[in-house]
Formats: sequence, C-alpha cells, structure tokens
Amino acid sequence: MSSTAPETGGEHKVGEESFEPRIIVFCCNWCSYAGADLAGVSRLQMPPHFRVIRVMCSARVDPEFVLRAFQKGADGVLVAGCHPADCHYIGGNYRTRRRIALLRILLQQFGFDPGRLKLEWISAGEGEKFQKTIVEFTDTVNELGPSPMKGGD
Amino acid sequence: MTDEANGEKKSPRIGVFICHCGSNIGGFVDVKAVTEYAATLPDVAYATDNLYTCAEDGLNNIKESIKEHNLDRVIVSSCTPRTHAPLFQRTCEAAGLNKYMFTFVNIREHCSWVHMKDRERATQKAKDLVRMGVARARFLEPQEETKIDVTQAALVVGGGVSGMTAALSLANMGFPVHLVEKDNELGGFVRNLHGLMNTKKSAGETIEPLIDKVNAQKNITQHLNSRVATVEGFIGNYDVTIGGDDAEPKEVKVGTIIVATGAVPLVPEGLFGYKEHPNVVTATEFEELCKKKDIPKLKNVAFIQCVGSRGQKVSYCSRICCNVAIKTAINIAENRDNMLGVTEEKPAEAGGQAVEEPAADMKAEEGTERRRRRRGRGRREGEDAVEEGAAPSSGVEITVFNRDVMAYGVEHELEFNKAREKRVKFIRYVPDNLPKVTMKDGNLEVGYFHETLKMERSMPVDMVILSTPLVSQPDASTLSQLLKVPLGQDGFFQEAHVKLRPVDFATDGVFVCGTCRGPADIAEAASQAAAAASRAAIPLANGFVQAEALTSRVDETKCTGCGTCVEVCPYGALRKNEEGISEVIAAACKGCGCCGATCPEGAITMTHYTDQQLLAEAKAALEEG
Repeated sequence: MSSTAPETGGEHKVGEESFEPRIIVFCCNWCSYAGADLAGVSRLQMPPHFRVIRVMCSARVDPEFVLRAFQKGADGVLVAGCHPADCHYIGGNYRTRRRIALLRILLQQFGFDPGRLKLEWISAGEGEKFQKTIVEFTDTVNELGPSPMKGGD
Repeated sequence: MTDEANGEKKSPRIGVFICHCGSNIGGFVDVKAVTEYAATLPDVAYATDNLYTCAEDGLNNIKESIKEHNLDRVIVSSCTPRTHAPLFQRTCEAAGLNKYMFTFVNIREHCSWVHMKDRERATQKAKDLVRMGVARARFLEPQEETKIDVTQAALVVGGGVSGMTAALSLANMGFPVHLVEKDNELGGFVRNLHGLMNTKKSAGETIEPLIDKVNAQKNITQHLNSRVATVEGFIGNYDVTIGGDDAEPKEVKVGTIIVATGAVPLVPEGLFGYKEHPNVVTATEFEELCKKKDIPKLKNVAFIQCVGSRGQKVSYCSRICCNVAIKTAINIAENRDNMLGVTEEKPAEAGGQAVEEPAADMKAEEGTERRRRRRGRGRREGEDAVEEGAAPSSGVEITVFNRDVMAYGVEHELEFNKAREKRVKFIRYVPDNLPKVTMKDGNLEVGYFHETLKMERSMPVDMVILSTPLVSQPDASTLSQLLKVPLGQDGFFQEAHVKLRPVDFATDGVFVCGTCRGPADIAEAASQAAAAASRAAIPLANGFVQAEALTSRVDETKCTGCGTCVEVCPYGALRKNEEGISEVIAAACKGCGCCGATCPEGAITMTHYTDQQLLAEAKAALEEG
C-alpha cells in the first residue's frame, strides 16, 4: 500500500487520491476467514487496503490488539466473526460483540471516530458479504481520512 | 506488547517459499519481486519461489532447504491454511521440524484472486502479508501435542435401521455401545411401513433379524423411552446423561457419538384436500392402512408426487418418494397380500413379482428376466401374459401424477418399467399447474391439466395418495445444540464435507448417518450407518486422540486469581488451583482464546497464537514496506 504513495508518507492532507488507508481485519478461523477464502475463490474483487490476521475465534481479539493497531497507525480495524448462535466455540462472538461495543466508546474518548472500528458477522458461505463489508468499510475509512495518530481527525 | 525473552538463544532462521500457483498467483502478483523482498526481511535465511509449492518437487524443495540452509522456521506463502496447512506441516515434520514452526501466508484467496486488476497494489499487499508472516514466525515456538485417553465406548442416538446398524457394527468390533431410543421399541420409521421394495417380506419382518441381533448383542445397552439430556466433554471423553421418560437419569461415559435420529414425513396441511376430503392420505398413512388391512374398495387410485417438496413447503427433493410410489403402485396392481380385499383366500405366493432380497441367486435370475422383459423380448412368453392378465386387480386404474420420475439406479429403473408394464399411468404436471383434488357429488375427483394434450381433464378416484417428503425431526435442534453440531438450511444434520466427509461432523468425535442427514432409503441408511460406525471406531480402537497444541496458558506469576477466565470459558477448561491461581485443563481447552482476551492482567495467552505473535503481525502490517 505504502509503495504506491511512499512520497506522501509525511503528509497528512486529506487528499483523496494520496490517502491509502491501512485496514486490519481480524478474522475468526471457522467462519469469517473461510468467508474471505470463498470471496477469493469466487474472484470477488475488492479494494486492496485490508490485511487479514487469522485468529481462532473473534473472542481471541484482545481489546489491546485493537488499541495497539490504532496506536501503530491503522486507519480502520474490522473484527469479523461467526453469526450469533453459530460460533464454533459456542458463544465467543457474544463476548466479542460486548467488547467491541465498549471499545468503540473508549476509542471515541481517545479522539477516534468510532466508525473506524467495525464488527461484522460473516459466515463461511458469505463470500459476497465479505466483499461487501470490505468495500463499505474501505469507503467509510476513506471518508474518515487518515487516523488521528497520523494527524487526521 | 510484552517483549520478554522467549528462550531463543540464537536468532531464528526462516525459510520463505512463495508459490506462483501456476498463474493463480503469478498472473496477478509479481512473485519474483515478493521473493526478493522476502529475502531482505529480518531473520529470513532463505527465500525462493515455486511454480506449485504443494506439488512433489515443491515439497521436496522445502525438505531439502530445511536441511541445506539449517532452517528452523518455514513460511509458505500461497493459498489458504484451511486446506493446505496440514500438508506443509507434515512436510516440515518429515524434515525434522516441529509442525508448529510453520506459518502460512495467504496471498491467493486474500490477495491475487481479489485484486486481479491492480498488479502493483496486489504485489505490494503480498509483500506486506509476507512481512506479517515473517514477524509472526520469529516468535514461533515448538509445541508438543498431548495424547488424550479415549473412553472405549460409544453412544448411538436413535434406534431405527441406521442406529441399530451402527450400534451393531461397533458392538461387533467389541466396543460397548449405549443405544438411546425415544420410543418404547426399536425399529424407527420403518415400523410404520407395510411393504418394502424388492422384498416379499413385510417391513416388520425385514428388520426383525436386525432387531434380534441388537437384542442378542451383549455389548449393546439399550435405553428405550429415553433421550439424551446433557452432553459434557469432548472427543474421547464424553459424559452423557440419558433421561428416561419415567426412569432415573443415567450417566454414561463414551468416547464417540453417532447421531441417527431419523426423519418424519411432512404432514401436508392444506395441500391437495388433505384432511378436507376422505380418502386423501399420505404415503405413510397408506402404509399404515395396509398394515391394518383397512383399505377401502379401490377402483381408481391417484398418487400425487412432490407434495410439499421441491419449492412448496421444503426446497429439496425427498429422493425416495418416486420409488415408494412405484413400489406401492405395483403392490396395488398385483393386489399383494390381498391388500384390496377382492379375494377372500390368501393369494398363492407362486409367480409373485417381488424378489426375495437375501437370496442373491434368485434375485439375479429375476433381474435377468426383468431385463429381458424391459427390452421388449419375451413378451409373447406365456407366463408373462398369464402374469399380467392374472393380476387380480387388473381392473384398478392407477395414476401417478408427477413432475418427473426420479427412479435412480438400475433396480429402481427396472421397477419403474415394471410399473408401466402393469399399466400404471404416469402423468406429468408442472408446478405452475398443480392437480386439484375436489369432491364432486360425493365422489373424490382429481382435476389436472394434461401437458401433452394441452387440455384440462378430470378423473374420479377412490383414493389419493400424497407423496410427502421426509423432513427433519422436530427436536433435531435440541440435539444439535447439545452436541454442538450444525443443522443445514432444511433442518437436517449437516456433515463436515458433503463429498469427502459424508458421515463426520466438523466437531471431532461426533458422526451422523441415516435420514437425520437427509432422505435416504433403507440400503443407503444402512451403508451410511456402517460407515459412521467405522469412523467412530477409529479413536476407540486407537485408545487415544492427539490433541492440537492450541490451548491457553496461564502465567502464574501474573495471575491474581480474579476468576474472570473461569467464568468466560465455554468449555469449563479453566479452574482455580489450591493457591487460587487459574490453571488450564489442556484436554478440555479448545483454544478459542476467549480467556486470553478477557484476562485483565494479561496473564493468559494461547499457544501458537500468542499475544506476542499476533501483535507482531499487526505491527508488521502497519509498517512501511
């Protein structure tokens, strides 16, 4: 991502063309990661700004991971898990849901737009939903501009 | 981020293998550039690209490179770990490397295939993903997989043909089996039936030998009038409570579980005059009438196929109903067992059409004869003429209204031909123009649009038999939740893989067979049951299972004993020891990591998905490449 606009690294203008958002996606192994795989197998094209980190369950995503990601300059973080009642680990996704709700409040207090953190349920069969989620979230982050850590708002 | 020494003295030596996957990756990503970049990353001792890393020479390349370059960590950057990780892990093991020293980087599904129009950005992303993998790999640690002892006994839920077959197979292998049946006797759905295809015996007689064997098998403990009440544990070690209707709940310990709870026929409420007009019955109800010898005088019988299935109440084809209708039509045409009550004495068995199933030689003979007839030869033969002419019910008109007849397989196709030879009429209808069952002047009538003649027709009938699909048991979801196994869209239990793992569930230790998995005939259900039994026997025969080393780990020096992890663990895999400090029961831990994310002290991490590894991965993702 950065190589396409390495020169703009120091600038924080909200110039739409120069902004290459950095998006971290935590995918649970059983549903969302498989959904992302299906999107790939189906050749569903999407913006190339997201980087997937595989975890066994969305409930593995420690709030610290999200905060560290923002601290290190992520413009957006997406956590994707199994649909409610469909968690491979019985109910990990319910805990994720509560944590993300709290984290969004916390982020706001830190001066981040809570829209930079998104939670989505994506099943192994929902390649299209994965694509749609990535497209929409990339749009959202693009609109929000660079993270406050990089001088944006 | 903690930056504690992880015991590594010497710096890691990472090997990175980047795959072209033919043109799947190479066509959209500059693999050479990614490889060159990988070689520049810290601790990377060797980086190369392969046309197909998963092919023989690609795997050999990994093995040789591990030795040649003294690699202690391997990264394959290709497709998805969900399909190929085990292969590469085995390759690492073959070269003497612990399989947990391997990391997968997905640059196909998550990169080349979804950014096909932006080679530059896709290449940059592949570099980033490899950098993330390297960052993670630097913190990998070898893990030992624990062997967990297995209770060498099984639980089979459901006492129908599938359940009995599965239980018997396991019991004959020498394993104790607990067979749970909700009714007060064994036999399942087949008990409702009168006649079966391709056998002269009644349904009851056909499965009697199976029931006798189950009764005689000492390894099988039967729990009648019972249901599974609770299930605790995991593969090899299940604690199951079996609740009786009026008995005390019993606790049993088993190593594996087979689900064989069967299915029920759809009740076609509001369809084709069911429960509205007399003598409109389902195929199952007709079987019951046959058993009770309670069939009214019949001159005209109509079957209506696909009642409620294929887009009406359920979406699927129930698969067996065409064959059932053909079987029943032939039985009516032949007045089998004097089902029509037109002759007083029991008809002679000689010359009967039905084939005795176990007598293989006789079956072959019959088969030849039927095949001969099918080809139109032998029509002039006297016995054929007598046979057709002598059918006591030659006066009965039988019409099967169908969307299309799915008499799959050789045997069923022959039966279909036989039915046609018996003058059973097969009339086609389209879903937009369903036949209508009405009463006219106190008589039952079927109105239909004749697709060939292109005109509305109607016929008087004495009885309408509705072929309704098998649907899932109404309480399937209860068992599905108890066992943590999924139901598919249609409410049937869903196997792990429709082709490659047809009787496994995705959850280890639980297996499925018979009609609870979807409509099947008796032979199919029995085959599935035998398959499920042999799958379920593998851990029992081994006596142990190898658990993946993905578990949580408590740092006792950091734990304050608050107990939050104990509360959040869905498997009860954490408990407090005598000192009030949390400890992990490795055999029960599934490795979800919920406790790790919850621990306020950061005292819990997961093996192979440590905080350190995940944070390194996230950090690397955000670095400049």
